[in-house]
Amino acid sequence: MAYRVIGRSPPRADAWEKVRGRPIYAGDLAMAGMLHGKIVRSPYPSARIVKIDTSEARALPGVVAVLTHAEVPQNALRMELPGRMAEATAGAVLATQPVLAEDRVRFQGEPVAAIAAETPEIAAEAAERVRVEYEPLPGVYDPAEALKPGAPHVHEGGNLLRAWHIRKGDATEALARADVIVEKTYRTPFVDHVYLETETGIGWIDAEGTLVLRVSTQVLEHFRDVAEVLRLPHGKVRLEGAYLGGGFGGKEDVTVECLLGLLVWKTRRPVQLVFSREESFIGHGKRHPYLLRYKSGATRTGELVAMEVELVSDSGAYAALSPWVLLYSLVTATGPYRVPHVKVDAFTVYTNNPVASAYRTFGSIQTCIGYEGQMDALAAALSMDPLELREKNFLRKGDRIATGQVLESEPMLGETMRRAWQALGPPREGDGPVRVARGLAASFTPYGRMCWTRDSASAWVGMELDGSAVVRCAAPDVGGGQTSSLCSITAEVLGLPVEHVAAVGRDSHFTPRAGTTTATRQLFMSGNAVLKAAHEVRRHLVDQAAEMLEAAREDIELTEGRALVRGAPDRAIDFSALVKAATAAGRPVQALDKYDAPSAPTIDPITGQGKPFNDYTFGTQAVEVEVDEETGQTRVTKLAACYDVGQAINRQSAEGQIEGGAVQGLGHALLEEVVLEDGVSKNPHLLDYKIPTTLDAPEIITILLESGQGLGPFGAKGIGEPAMTPTPAAVMNAVTRAARAPLTRFPLTAERVLAALKSQSASKNPSPPSGERAG
Amino acid sequence: MRLDFTLNNHPCRAEAPAHWTVLDLLRDGLALTATKYGCGEGVCGTCTVLLDGEPVRACLVLASRLRGRTLLTAEGLEDNGQPDRLQSAFARAGAAQCGFCTPGMLLSARALLAANPSPTEHDVREALAGNLCRCTGYTKIIEAVLAAAGAR
Repeated sequence: MAYRVIGRSPPRADAWEKVRGRPIYAGDLAMAGMLHGKIVRSPYPSARIVKIDTSEARALPGVVAVLTHAEVPQNALRMELPGRMAEATAGAVLATQPVLAEDRVRFQGEPVAAIAAETPEIAAEAAERVRVEYEPLPGVYDPAEALKPGAPHVHEGGNLLRAWHIRKGDATEALARADVIVEKTYRTPFVDHVYLETETGIGWIDAEGTLVLRVSTQVLEHFRDVAEVLRLPHGKVRLEGAYLGGGFGGKEDVTVECLLGLLVWKTRRPVQLVFSREESFIGHGKRHPYLLRYKSGATRTGELVAMEVELVSDSGAYAALSPWVLLYSLVTATGPYRVPHVKVDAFTVYTNNPVASAYRTFGSIQTCIGYEGQMDALAAALSMDPLELREKNFLRKGDRIATGQVLESEPMLGETMRRAWQALGPPREGDGPVRVARGLAASFTPYGRMCWTRDSASAWVGMELDGSAVVRCAAPDVGGGQTSSLCSITAEVLGLPVEHVAAVGRDSHFTPRAGTTTATRQLFMSGNAVLKAAHEVRRHLVDQAAEMLEAAREDIELTEGRALVRGAPDRAIDFSALVKAATAAGRPVQALDKYDAPSAPTIDPITGQGKPFNDYTFGTQAVEVEVDEETGQTRVTKLAACYDVGQAINRQSAEGQIEGGAVQGLGHALLEEVVLEDGVSKNPHLLDYKIPTTLDAPEIITILLESGQGLGPFGAKGIGEPAMTPTPAAVMNAVTRAARAPLTRFPLTAERVLAALKSQSASKNPSPPSGERAG
Repeated sequence: MRLDFTLNNHPCRAEAPAHWTVLDLLRDGLALTATKYGCGEGVCGTCTVLLDGEPVRACLVLASRLRGRTLLTAEGLEDNGQPDRLQSAFARAGAAQCGFCTPGMLLSARALLAANPSPTEHDVREALAGNLCRCTGYTKIIEAVLAAAGAR
């Protein structure tokens, strides 16, 4: 179907303002009488707080407030999303995190006191003068250690936070029958989001006594968390969503909100709170480190028969979103493959490490390393082309995933794989000490929330008297073009140029609730809500035009801001006149609508069987790497990505998601790791924690397939998180081929690659894995 | 301390405490917020501005160094109130996602094009290597700079 706006690449609504440096981010607003916040954090990962003395800090001129746990009305952060979350966490040890630590601290960086002062300098000096007496306690810094009897407990009730399981068929028995078995263990580290804008907010109290917070957040619904902490009616806390300087899941949890709300409420003055880069590193949730143990079996001809998987994730000191991140890992553990017999055991464990929580792909990036590492290893063991092995086992329409859910549309996995691989071009030879190799990874990532959460989103679309349209929808824009896509959808439905649609406000109180910009759900959920509302407005416009142009409804066409009679272009009326006439006639020209995602019961707690998610995005990334055999230095020279996006709404935005996700994934593959020594971060600075630069980013070839089979507007699927899922796995597979030795521990630093190269040259049997043939 | 310098092509007289950096002066003293704080230690490039045409990190340069010199920030990029060719190229290429690195990125790109009007792709990558972006994967930023150079 041909669209006028959908699938094209008009500059996004925010593009012209952003290139002028004009958007007002949360840290750009200043108010008269504004105070500056500063958080005092624990230097210890595990300690008892013996005493907190704030007198010296309070005595400093210019200090307005020094708050400790005693001043927090309800000192507990809760993660309570609407929907049947409780059922899904039955049996979990869900320790809530205090806003300010009471008698003990459980991770380095845990907030202990909050300060508001006249200048940032005074606030910083006051922070130095808060005297906290700590008594260090034994801590536990490794999930395996944490599960041993006698390990120090991070919380009452034990260190196992949550377990999930899949039992499908009889994996143990099937493995015993397999012709070939590959067993491997993979490890991933804590990783930081490194959005360029640190956690930031400003707050004040408005004329009605409402606490207003303008925050860089992916979740406007956190107004409820602030209200609970301050024991205020929910309606008395309003969250205004600023444009974000990046989120990637890191601004999904509560960051500054409760601390900021507390400071504003206690001082009754505007307060700004900006985390420093170091605070951002130690103070917010990271990506979970995983230990992934995989055992895969196949027949001699390459049919997968069974997989046994054990996943252990490090939740750090508090629960945050760990149980749900782990659920995504559970569901994706066996990858986009038909596996008749599956056993998965997944555990998330408390330690005194940094809190781990949401990060783009939400537990899917780690499992991809496992299942795609296994596919290459199986191919080698079978002397089979790894592409052929994958093709043989890819999920097809009508197949069941490991939870028993039937796929209702064609995943197109084979096509994404072949196209990504071909896009790398003719193979290239290495030169001198530089080895060149290629690898790929196919992937499978849910978009939208778990079915049982009964997710919904609302939106309002209305016409203005000049014939333009306005969208009101509280969907935070993290930079992915969420707002702009809502404008494109409205413009398409109403027959308007996209510049004639404005999206206003991302506000918990003034715009219809759209839910979180997380879980790759906004285009799917808010997109559908806007689509429904726009169609209703369209119906009213068509009714009015049919009346005025004396034509049948079916003959009315809306295009470029005019209504006209099909085949008689001189019988036309522009929207301005049309809307005025409709208003005069008492006909509505606006609509508020709600989209409800299809729901399903929770999956079975013992077998994991059921329908966890409504749909998935499938795709493949292929990379070419250069590995220097003398130094272990690895460079990705080319990356090709092919996904079925269902339907691109803004083509450039969809490509941008994939390019950005892939380079973020390359950071995970080669560079990024929060280095911890007994829970203490050794690299909480960008000098020591490196992310990819222009010189690290390769040439990227992006291929969008458009099946039209997604559940989003116009058949779109979500791409935000899936964009990143397969990158580290693809790089691992390529480097493993180049080194001719397995690389299984992330990141694949030069030291680790060099060690693998040495182990390979030391071995007597240096025959390359047969997978080389595919290159 | 009093500072007289040229800011975005206009004379500017400002007062600033001696310990302020250029970033403090711009954001807190002059309410020019296009220049962003990203790391405070000169690594991320988010606060890049042009001092006498050279890219510098506003978080590392003391405001006192501005005396008698010429400073350009993203607010001064426009050409007679219209986006200049780099800004236009960034908007058209989809080079700004969250937009937070964009001002610094534009200024580094401007310095490059002033010194080298016809850069290769590798020249662009080298010139922007000190400006981190976490959203775009750089592809569309590099495309935009090359497009702006071609449009000269």
